[in-house]
Amino acid sequence: MSEAQDKGAAGSKTKSASSGKKKSRHDFVDGDRYAPAPESSEHVVVKDSYDLFIGGDWIRAPKRTETRNPATGEVLSEVGEAGPGMVKKAVAAARKAYEETWSTMPGRERGKYLYRLARLIQERAREFAVLETMDGGKPIRESRDVDLPLVAAHFFYYAGWADKLDYAFPGRTAHSIGVIGQVIPWNFPLLMAAWKLAPALACGNTVVLKPAETTPLTALKLAELIEEAGFPPGVVNVVTGGGKTGRHLVRHPDVDKVAFTGSTEVGKMIQRDLAGTGRRYTLELGGKAANIIFDDATVNQAVEGIVNGIFFNQGHVCCAGSRLFVQEGIADTVVRKLKRRMDNLVLGDPLDKNTDVGAINSQEQLDRIKVLVDSGSEEGAKCWQSGQKLPRKGFWFKPTIFTECAQSHQIVQKEIFGPVLAIQTFRTPEEAVEKANNTPYGLSGGVWTDKGSKIFKITSQIRAGVLWANTFNKFDPASPFGGYKESGVGREGGLQGLAPYLDLR
Amino acid sequence: MSADPPIFPDLRMLSTIDQVGVEERAQRFQARSIKSESKLSALKLAVTMLDVTTLEGKDSPGKVKQLCAKAKRPLPEDPSIGPAAAICVYPRLVRVAKEAVGRSGVKVASVATGFPSGQSRLKERLSEIRYAVGAGADEIDMVISRGKLLHGEFRSIFDEIVRCKEACGGAHLKVILETGELQTYDTVRIASEIAMAAGADFIKTSTGKIQPAATLPVTLVMLEAIQDYYDRTGRMVGMKPAGGISDAKTAIHYLVMLKETLGKEWLTSRWFRFGASSLTNDLLMQIRKQQTGRYQSADYFTKD
Repeated sequence: MSEAQDKGAAGSKTKSASSGKKKSRHDFVDGDRYAPAPESSEHVVVKDSYDLFIGGDWIRAPKRTETRNPATGEVLSEVGEAGPGMVKKAVAAARKAYEETWSTMPGRERGKYLYRLARLIQERAREFAVLETMDGGKPIRESRDVDLPLVAAHFFYYAGWADKLDYAFPGRTAHSIGVIGQVIPWNFPLLMAAWKLAPALACGNTVVLKPAETTPLTALKLAELIEEAGFPPGVVNVVTGGGKTGRHLVRHPDVDKVAFTGSTEVGKMIQRDLAGTGRRYTLELGGKAANIIFDDATVNQAVEGIVNGIFFNQGHVCCAGSRLFVQEGIADTVVRKLKRRMDNLVLGDPLDKNTDVGAINSQEQLDRIKVLVDSGSEEGAKCWQSGQKLPRKGFWFKPTIFTECAQSHQIVQKEIFGPVLAIQTFRTPEEAVEKANNTPYGLSGGVWTDKGSKIFKITSQIRAGVLWANTFNKFDPASPFGGYKESGVGREGGLQGLAPYLDLR
Repeated sequence: MSADPPIFPDLRMLSTIDQVGVEERAQRFQARSIKSESKLSALKLAVTMLDVTTLEGKDSPGKVKQLCAKAKRPLPEDPSIGPAAAICVYPRLVRVAKEAVGRSGVKVASVATGFPSGQSRLKERLSEIRYAVGAGADEIDMVISRGKLLHGEFRSIFDEIVRCKEACGGAHLKVILETGELQTYDTVRIASEIAMAAGADFIKTSTGKIQPAATLPVTLVMLEAIQDYYDRTGRMVGMKPAGGISDAKTAIHYLVMLKETLGKEWLTSRWFRFGASSLTNDLLMQIRKQQTGRYQSADYFTKD
């Protein structure tokens, strides 16, 4: 004990001496950031190379691509790029599994597999969260506290429906559809896999899943877990690759239904490809959500909601609150508070537990954001960026807001899919509603007011699939999600999310 | 304070509070992970923000003297730790405390105005302040009449605080809202606004005699009130959460919230205090742990 004390005294002496000269950058008061608190990634097993998961086997594709950590540029692993032959094989495996086992299995048995998978995900949640952050660049706080709990919740929720399908749509009988081709995006890689797989499997369909090119790893890990859970071979197949692979899958004539989440541009291509084939599709596409703040809103909480709306997952969110409408009387206050709050966001290493804003997913996306932000300044909107320093390696973009935006500016019209907010003010509620609806999209929106009656009045006038009142970006497996207009077709989640995976007669 | 008389605030201009939003935000501060150097400097800072408190019927001059010694030099073997900001006692023990702290820089704070209930006539409450200030108190922790506040007599609360502030003379006034009795965050916000407008130097959550005492969300509501008041008037007001903060981890959550809400200017004992009796030793224990890499038994920290 005395030894410890001596050491301590000596330690404190040297410390106080050094602190007299120069304060550390991690000093709580004078430092510019908190000391690093990284989540350990040691327990995460990432193989050097992953194959395609087809018919319960891991099959090697001759063509390979690398997947990188967008925060460091470091190569994480190498995955196969499935060509037309591999996709064909995967669809055939899914067809076989559909006919021989999965579609004839009683719903309660299918439910058991899904429950087992949900429990396995919960057990391994930390590992998945870390890998999701490494492959995609999102903060560990989000992958740990948002993505993974929702992934497990989705499987639990739809597992519960598996044996109740006959009661889900009274007066109609529910039949499975067949083989489903699913193409998912890079912003919530594992969560989107869960949104797609859980209802499809619960309804008795089999699946060929294609994860995004830049974020394939958690889907492949999920395939390992599906193997571990003992699913019959071919019920779930995972083929990795880029847009071409996706196109092969979508165009395959033996795919009975396509489910896609991604850009409106690709969504339109899929619609063209499937037109006249009689094959079904659901599309969850882009958005340009209006977040409307009335002058009777709870201002401090609204500012927090704005931040959650646009800087959550670096703004790589299709339902992000990327257009802000503030009633003129409180506009200055809201912008002042928003700037102050933005300066307090911690930007950097996504694995650090204190990080609020992580890395941009890819060079391509970063370029796209930059082009649109430049256009904003050129077209006359006023740009303001928070004061964080950006790391040297990797892809980063500072939280950005534009004031004095016009409805005709590209930053107001186009989906930026980055941490960029376009702010407009309004005088009357009618004006806010008109501008909020004046967009080709209609995925989500938010209304902030302390007055309950106003919430109902305004939200009923906004054409968007999801509306939040006095909160933003809240998700639940029991709640349907999907868009109007160019934001997509069909709903995912809840009872409504079952229908697209069933043949209702 | 300037010579201008305090003006009753326009309560229509106040922002309302969303309970769910505030509690969610408060939880975010708890998710911060403060490590190594950041942690050590936060712990050291917390020690200097302590209002070392004893408010019991059985308090003796001896106990107060012991606490003063602790406040002056919390960790005997390390003079770089502390001193605490103040010692907080009942009016009758102010004189003892004042003598014991001497010129150490540790302030003497006294509760007054019919602490903890505030259920006595204003006349007696004011004379209690004068008595404590006369005995040498540097700071007065007053309680408001919660009954009147809940009854909607906002103007009366305002006048009461203005009178107390006058009675304080040069002493700093901390206004205890007793948030555990105020029922809603909106009431806490209104009370904060009235207290600041009436001239409070600090607003304080609780007496420590009512549960719940200080919580992160209620402190956040008050910090936001301070910020809005500062934006409007340019006058800084201090914050003191009191009661229920008994471990270093919780104290650090409060400091993170303070830093990320009001900013660096408030990260000093001039503008932030912890009202606590058992927090001190946990802070010291954690400081030693950070410095040496191991925990020491509670017997190596003085109990006063």
